[in-house]
Amino acid sequence: MSRIRGGHNFYQIRFSDQKVSASREMMDILLALDLNTIEIHKKSVKDGGFILYDSETVKKKFEGPEFVDIPFKKIALDVGKNSVMANTVATGATLGLLDLGLEVLKDILRQTFKQKGEEIIQSNIACAEAGYKYALTNCPRCKTFEIREPEDKRLMLITGLHAIGMGALMSGCKFYSAYPMSPSTGIMEYFASRAEEYHLVVEQAEDEIAAINMAIGASFAGVRSMTGTSGGGFALMVEGLSLVGMTETPLVIAEMQRPGPATGLPTRTEQGDLLFILHAGHGEFPRVIFEPGTPEQAFYLTNRAFELAEKYQIPVFIQSDQYLAESEWTFKSFDLEKLIYNDYRLREKDLEGVQEYKRFKYSDTGISPLAIPGEAGKHLVVADSDEHDEEGHIIEDGETRIKMVQKRLLKKLPLITKEIEPPLLYGNTSPKTVLVGHGSTYGAIKEVVDTIPKDKKVAMMHFSQIYPLSERDKFDYIAVLESADLTICIENNATGQFAKLIKAETGFEFSHQISKYDGRPFTIENLKEELHAYI
Amino acid sequence: MPTSEDYNGQVPAWCPGCGNFQILSTIRHALVELGIEPWEVLVVSGIGQAGKLPHYIKCHTFNGLHGRTLPVATAAKLANHSLHVIAVAGDGDCYGEGGNHFLHAIRRNPNITLFVHNNQVYGLTKGQASPTTAQGTYTTIQPYGVLEGSMNPLAMAISQDCSFVSRGFAGDPEYLKELMKAAITHKGFSLLDILQPCVTFNKINTFKWYRDRIYKLEEDYDPYNHVKAFERSLEWGDKIPNGIFYKKDRNILEERVPAIREKPLVRQKFSIEEVKHEIEKFY
Repeated sequence: MSRIRGGHNFYQIRFSDQKVSASREMMDILLALDLNTIEIHKKSVKDGGFILYDSETVKKKFEGPEFVDIPFKKIALDVGKNSVMANTVATGATLGLLDLGLEVLKDILRQTFKQKGEEIIQSNIACAEAGYKYALTNCPRCKTFEIREPEDKRLMLITGLHAIGMGALMSGCKFYSAYPMSPSTGIMEYFASRAEEYHLVVEQAEDEIAAINMAIGASFAGVRSMTGTSGGGFALMVEGLSLVGMTETPLVIAEMQRPGPATGLPTRTEQGDLLFILHAGHGEFPRVIFEPGTPEQAFYLTNRAFELAEKYQIPVFIQSDQYLAESEWTFKSFDLEKLIYNDYRLREKDLEGVQEYKRFKYSDTGISPLAIPGEAGKHLVVADSDEHDEEGHIIEDGETRIKMVQKRLLKKLPLITKEIEPPLLYGNTSPKTVLVGHGSTYGAIKEVVDTIPKDKKVAMMHFSQIYPLSERDKFDYIAVLESADLTICIENNATGQFAKLIKAETGFEFSHQISKYDGRPFTIENLKEELHAYI
Repeated sequence: MPTSEDYNGQVPAWCPGCGNFQILSTIRHALVELGIEPWEVLVVSGIGQAGKLPHYIKCHTFNGLHGRTLPVATAAKLANHSLHVIAVAGDGDCYGEGGNHFLHAIRRNPNITLFVHNNQVYGLTKGQASPTTAQGTYTTIQPYGVLEGSMNPLAMAISQDCSFVSRGFAGDPEYLKELMKAAITHKGFSLLDILQPCVTFNKINTFKWYRDRIYKLEEDYDPYNHVKAFERSLEWGDKIPNGIFYKKDRNILEERVPAIREKPLVRQKFSIEEVKHEIEKFY
């Protein structure tokens, strides 16, 4: 949940010595900086859990074993001479309660306040120490947590947005144009912050129409390009998407969903744009849609998106949602050896011996030579939003039209489909119950499967490459579904859009559907509760 | 050196007598006289009768969507600033559908050239009012006459400090060619609004109508005077000035983008090896 400075704002951190991949409903510790937080979230504190607060700040004293009253503000004033450091005291107190030590926090404070000078850094460190000590000495019953040293101390911390951004950067993307819109803006911020170091061009467009047309212009001119937005902005891009289709311009588009319609819940999450993205754009043209389940998948799929976009000269979507986009995950590492980079663009030396270059030359694969205007010697590159001939010039005749539709759409489709990986089956390999998900529901479903006894024969089937669907010869996932007793499609939307896609493409109908459309992601608890009736 | 034949494209599908023919042949001559080869120039257009123009010359071409000419042209220039980028649009295309992009292209000031074929009518869709059609003009869908006032693109561009603002006339190709050459060679975003008679749908603003009114800005006219330029851009009616109204030496977009100071973006090599260390920032 993100708010700027006003209103109720909160952040949930979950950690474990096991790998975690979803949010929980219930928490062990609630650190409340205001009264609102206590009132909204106290019901989510586990029995035996704690609520850290400052009765002077919230102007209310709470009774009950879970409440730990710590004078954040007074300590901040006494030690740091400034009440603004109350949250540093609170952070120190939380670590004290867990007896985790202060070294990491001290490093973070040094980095955070580097610009503000040594005095501010030392005051904050003193505040953190005071809070830590207070919690250790004044809350003896707090010592209920046993926290083991982690095996890997060196872990990456990365959001979905940054994983997409880094994936694009490591795929050779050099141009990013967009219009700010939550929750997609983080990709543009990432690109802007790396622009100088990696020689990237980032342009903030006047609207999403310009954003996609700029990305198209840069890609036409020979540079790997990307744009990103959320549902409302993507609505404006739809006309440009169709232009991508007609001009066969490689383009990667990130669509970070939030609940609509219209402005909807701008800072919340939903998987409500799937069918919109699938059908967007007038006319018929190929597209690929990826919807990662973790930041790690987002990283690799973004790389794959650039490969497919340029190889087939098509639009490829990285579709995700606010939940995955903005949550931070830890990973040991990403395997950079898995990255691919093939440059499909043609320069002068690649066109040696070519008498007459034709941008839209007919071919068996439907793929035509993609030359760079101005870098291809004297060859001319012509593209048109009108139906066109092989050279790229406007035509009207039916015969050419048929050949062009075959070239850019019908011939490419089976080749593109062959590139798509099948869904992941996790848990039982011949399951009686299959929990099907796509995109960001991965973590919640996976952890729920982990908690269900093995004899129940439950599996997760997770799709991260959602369109086109993978061919069944690699892995017959439809057969797995058909032989199960219960197939439950779990979606963060009201109408079961992915279930509709599966039915339309394969004819398979799920036996049950779980829909969540309150603007919040699935947590392990609420998914288990929903599943209670079935398993 | 290029010749006019090098720029011979397809046979135009414009109405006989259309002002676009003069604009087409003038662009060819201007490019030839500037010594620009066809593979050194990218013409970006949208949709409308003007949007067809790049098919009728021979050069790199991106004929995109109605109104979306300038975002494509701006980004193509950012991707490869060694290309001459010329945007070609109509009045409905650029001042109507693409009005927002027009304003922001002026702000950005990329070193590109914009030719607007301004015939004060929608030709491709058969005669409806455009943003520059005079109030009161009758059309098939404005039976009470156009209710809105007409837009003054030159005054708007000058008010926003556009780097180069000029107006020419399709019926005076010699002078038009000089203006085109000045616009192409000017460093910065250059607007050339070209008055172009539509012989089929605009029976008011004919070749004769324009000839009776057009005159050239005086030889001692100073295009660097902002206030004076704005004042002259307001002249319309019995007397219509042509020429370079306004010039301002502003720094261009491509020079403000650090990534492309040394060489065009499109010529910068990429290898995964060189960016791998990026992952370290997430530890």
